[in-house]
Amino acid sequence: MHPAFQGLLTIAIGVSGCVGYFYLSNQFLDKVLFPPRGPNAGRNINRANIIRPWLFLFPALAALGLYLAYPVVETLRLSLTDRVPGGGYEWVGLENYIQMANEPKFWEAMRNNMFWLIIVPAMSTAFGLLVAQLTDRIRWGNVAKSLIFMPMAISFVGASVIWKLVYDTRPAEQDQIGMLNALYLFFGGTEPQTWLTIPFWNSFLLMVVLIWIQTGFAMVILSAALRGIPEETIEAAILDGANPFQIFFKIKVPQIKTTILVVWTTITITVLKVFDIVFAMTNGQWETQVLANYMYDKLFRANDWGVGSASAMVIMLLVAPILVWNVRNARKEME
Amino acid sequence: MSDIAGTKPALRWVVHASVIFLVVLWVVPTLGLLISSFRTADQIATSGWWRSLFPSEQNLTLRSAAPETQVQENGLYVIEGNLFEGESAAKISKWGVSSRAVDAFVPGETAELRRGGTITVDADGNYRMENPEEFTGSRGARVFVTAELPPEFTLANYHKVLLAEESTDSMGRAFFNTLTVTIPATIIPILVAAFAAYALAWMDFPGRALLIAAVVGLLVVPLQLALIPLLKFHLNIGIGKGYLGVWLAHTGFGMPLAIYLLRNYMAGLPRDLIENARVDGATEFQIFTKLILPLSFPALASFAIFQFLWTWNDLLVAKVFLIDASGQTTVMTNRIVELLGTRGGNWEILATAAFVSIAVPLAVFFAMQKYLVRGLLAGSVK
Repeated sequence: MHPAFQGLLTIAIGVSGCVGYFYLSNQFLDKVLFPPRGPNAGRNINRANIIRPWLFLFPALAALGLYLAYPVVETLRLSLTDRVPGGGYEWVGLENYIQMANEPKFWEAMRNNMFWLIIVPAMSTAFGLLVAQLTDRIRWGNVAKSLIFMPMAISFVGASVIWKLVYDTRPAEQDQIGMLNALYLFFGGTEPQTWLTIPFWNSFLLMVVLIWIQTGFAMVILSAALRGIPEETIEAAILDGANPFQIFFKIKVPQIKTTILVVWTTITITVLKVFDIVFAMTNGQWETQVLANYMYDKLFRANDWGVGSASAMVIMLLVAPILVWNVRNARKEME
Repeated sequence: MSDIAGTKPALRWVVHASVIFLVVLWVVPTLGLLISSFRTADQIATSGWWRSLFPSEQNLTLRSAAPETQVQENGLYVIEGNLFEGESAAKISKWGVSSRAVDAFVPGETAELRRGGTITVDADGNYRMENPEEFTGSRGARVFVTAELPPEFTLANYHKVLLAEESTDSMGRAFFNTLTVTIPATIIPILVAAFAAYALAWMDFPGRALLIAAVVGLLVVPLQLALIPLLKFHLNIGIGKGYLGVWLAHTGFGMPLAIYLLRNYMAGLPRDLIENARVDGATEFQIFTKLILPLSFPALASFAIFQFLWTWNDLLVAKVFLIDASGQTTVMTNRIVELLGTRGGNWEILATAAFVSIAVPLAVFFAMQKYLVRGLLAGSVK
């Protein structure tokens, strides 16, 4: 069967299956199990209302449990075992973690990830805030924002191709087709550089790609937050003779501190999961390895599920503080 | 800030200039790739894409028509024609007939040919060769010109990438595969999540707060953790690698965001509306389908866009759950990564392939930006 038909069929089955499940299970509950009639009508209604939420929740909870909650536990288990040739697993305790800690590539990935974690959220948030503030009151601000927001729609892979062209290198005697080299030579560089192979600095060139993508996200949210600042506070500052920079840093920024934090943490999570950019541009060569790509290498190239799972747990561990913080915030809001 | 900027025009100019600078900085990389996708391989390899926007001065080596086309006029052998064969609007500024003096003549002048006879070339590339004796040889005379070429673009790359049949460069199949992954993976989670979101927003039951907290927690669980356990699970239950697996995976991974966004939105709907309906005797199922779903359209659209962009642009999930050794089910992002590996130098193929894959999400983005922004805001700030 052609995959397109399969797709259409799946949509049909999936959608009608969902609707059918919800409709029929509700019918069953109301008509057969606890009909709101007869001597126990009142009790039946109450009972039906106790069960009904779970009917509504069941498919979603099943998906969440199977595709997100169970893997966390299973990955933890896998990270503590090794596959035995011929099938089965044996318990190896922390051996996978020790093996990983002895690999220089792992520490390279950790070091790079630390740089990514500091620089990308900081730069994206800073640029986002800058653009949000600058475009706030100019007439074509929305057009500008739309254009800076655009990379959000581009895949990491597409963005990698875009930036690879920017970083492209040709031999010295030829015309450069990469913008970075063209600018570098224009401003007095002596010979074209193969940017992506220069250890240490190449990681920053990869970060540029993610900053380029994430700035739009930061901008949209911070721009809304800036608009939400009460006008009086700014007017009062103007009357007191504050200059624009003082207004921005002392009046506006403190008032949107929470939003800045939310943006920062959201981008941090994206950074921890970043895989495509490194995979497509350097594949971790020339000392650009990051954790997510290291994990992919271990899982699917080296076929070492133990160490792969161990490195996935490291990513989970790094996300954990944000997870706890998010949950606590959500609970606070609910009260 | 307008009040202050109003009193300081200099500051306002700085603001405008900085915004222009930032916008250019953000747009130019994409523009470079877009323009490159309309250039030939030669053009891309020999000059930066920014040069293609302006007429460029180039040295070309062209050839007149072969001697077999000569005609006799008043006792002279004559070959006439156009050096560009009428295909270019180039303007010749200088020309020559020897590789050591490529700029010896200006248009309109007449040069002696080494093999006998003369040639006159005008600025448009029209030439006339005259010889009292017959022109010999099998090929025409070489003419070196320095010409001002107008910007020139081609659709050939798109033709090749989209329609080439046997070629390994073809993105046609990958395009449809991506579509096949994306559409069910966008529609199905919406329905499942909408029911759950309604229960979490408007039904009272023990453990509700705990469930919401769990959803918020799962929101940030890295997908990386799910790869091996779920691949194992899919292989065990017989789904293996394929569309069904990737649809299920995307549904699962999209679920927390879907529930979170929809619940937040639904919880903000007016309480009276739902309670009135309940008093009027509507069942929960009716309230949900007749009232909540239509009212939640903006939130549904927001999530649909997120999920669409995310599944369309995804590489990792497709690599793990879909693409098998046969390569028949490859998606566009994967094709592009393969091209980057094998055809790293063929920018015309790469640029075009990348743009084919970028075009759809960009169209969705510009058409539905409003909902995307709304969804982002609902997801992060209150």
